[in-house]
Amino acid sequence: MSTVNIETPRAPRSTGARRGVNLEKWGWIYMRASGVVLVVLIFGHLFVNLVAGEGVKAIDFAFVAGKWADPFWVVWDTALLWLALIHGANGMRTIVNDYASNALLRTIFKGALLVSTVALLTLGTLVIYTFEPCPVGAPAELLPSFCEAGRP
Amino acid sequence: MSEKSAGGLATAGRVNKYPLPRIRAPKAPAGTLYRGNTGMWSWVLHRITGVAIFFFLLVHILDTALVRVSPEAYNVVIESYKTPIMGLGELGLVVAIGFHALNGLRIILIDFWSVGPRYHKLMFVVVILLWVILLIGFTPRHLMHVFGG
Ligand code: HEM
Repeated sequence: MSTVNIETPRAPRSTGARRGVNLEKWGWIYMRASGVVLVVLIFGHLFVNLVAGEGVKAIDFAFVAGKWADPFWVVWDTALLWLALIHGANGMRTIVNDYASNALLRTIFKGALLVSTVALLTLGTLVIYTFEPCPVGAPAELLPSFCEAGRP
Repeated sequence: MSEKSAGGLATAGRVNKYPLPRIRAPKAPAGTLYRGNTGMWSWVLHRITGVAIFFFLLVHILDTALVRVSPEAYNVVIESYKTPIMGLGELGLVVAIGFHALNGLRIILIDFWSVGPRYHKLMFVVVILLWVILLIGFTPRHLMHVFGG
């Protein structure tokens, strides 16, 4: 009769030290580090946009322009965009790895995640940093009040 | 029995570098940290809420990008966020993100706090309590914004 050797579960991995950066480990750490920061960023975001004042009813172009006139909210929203989207996309990558058993499908899903994440990070960042609060020709009642100063 | 096997190590008379943990046999099938009970259900909810929030975020970045198109375009789309149906959708979003955020902090405490794994069930109860308190605070206020005059 042959015996099966089961290694003791807590024995360290023996076969040669692994070289290079362990990306999977840094992904794991990123999920937790970004999570802690996201709690603050997201609850602040939800409070200012949905709870304070008139809540969702107050949101329009002038509301956004008012917020982004303050560098504080520019930095806040940029951090929110990058941390949340990368956290979400990396979480989705885990889920794809868990459920997509077909290698080709897995590559396609993860490729789609990568492409959409890069595209949306670029778009979102450009929107925040090229934002024009007082576009010429727009009706004054849609614009924040500080636009009127420069108008003829 | 070979010296290398787990059983061999546990029964050998010498100093054992990797002692096997003592686990009392459960009276009924009890699950583990992740299988069955709170560990599994918190994971299922964490995963579902994570996916839901992710897809909302994709849409939300696109609708916000309309501020770069024109004030009119942005206002038309954001107007739809103020309708009753979308108002309930926003409530659902806060329900989802509230759980994901609080349970995410619980996961982090399980991983990094020395006694985290011991208190994972208690922390789950705390997560649910804080979640309910959060929603008791948010829901009436938001519904008043959406449905109130
Ligand atoms: C509010 C703050 C948040 C906290 C504290 C948080 C925390 C976490 C943690 C700790 C994990 C587990 C990662 C792992 O097991 O390796 C996770 C997974 C995940 N999160 Fe978040 N998260 C937050 C916000 C978000 C947001 C905004 C999104 C969507 C854009 C998101 C989407 C996901 C997804 C899709 C997963 C993967 C779920 C799984 O593997 O089962 N999370 N989150």
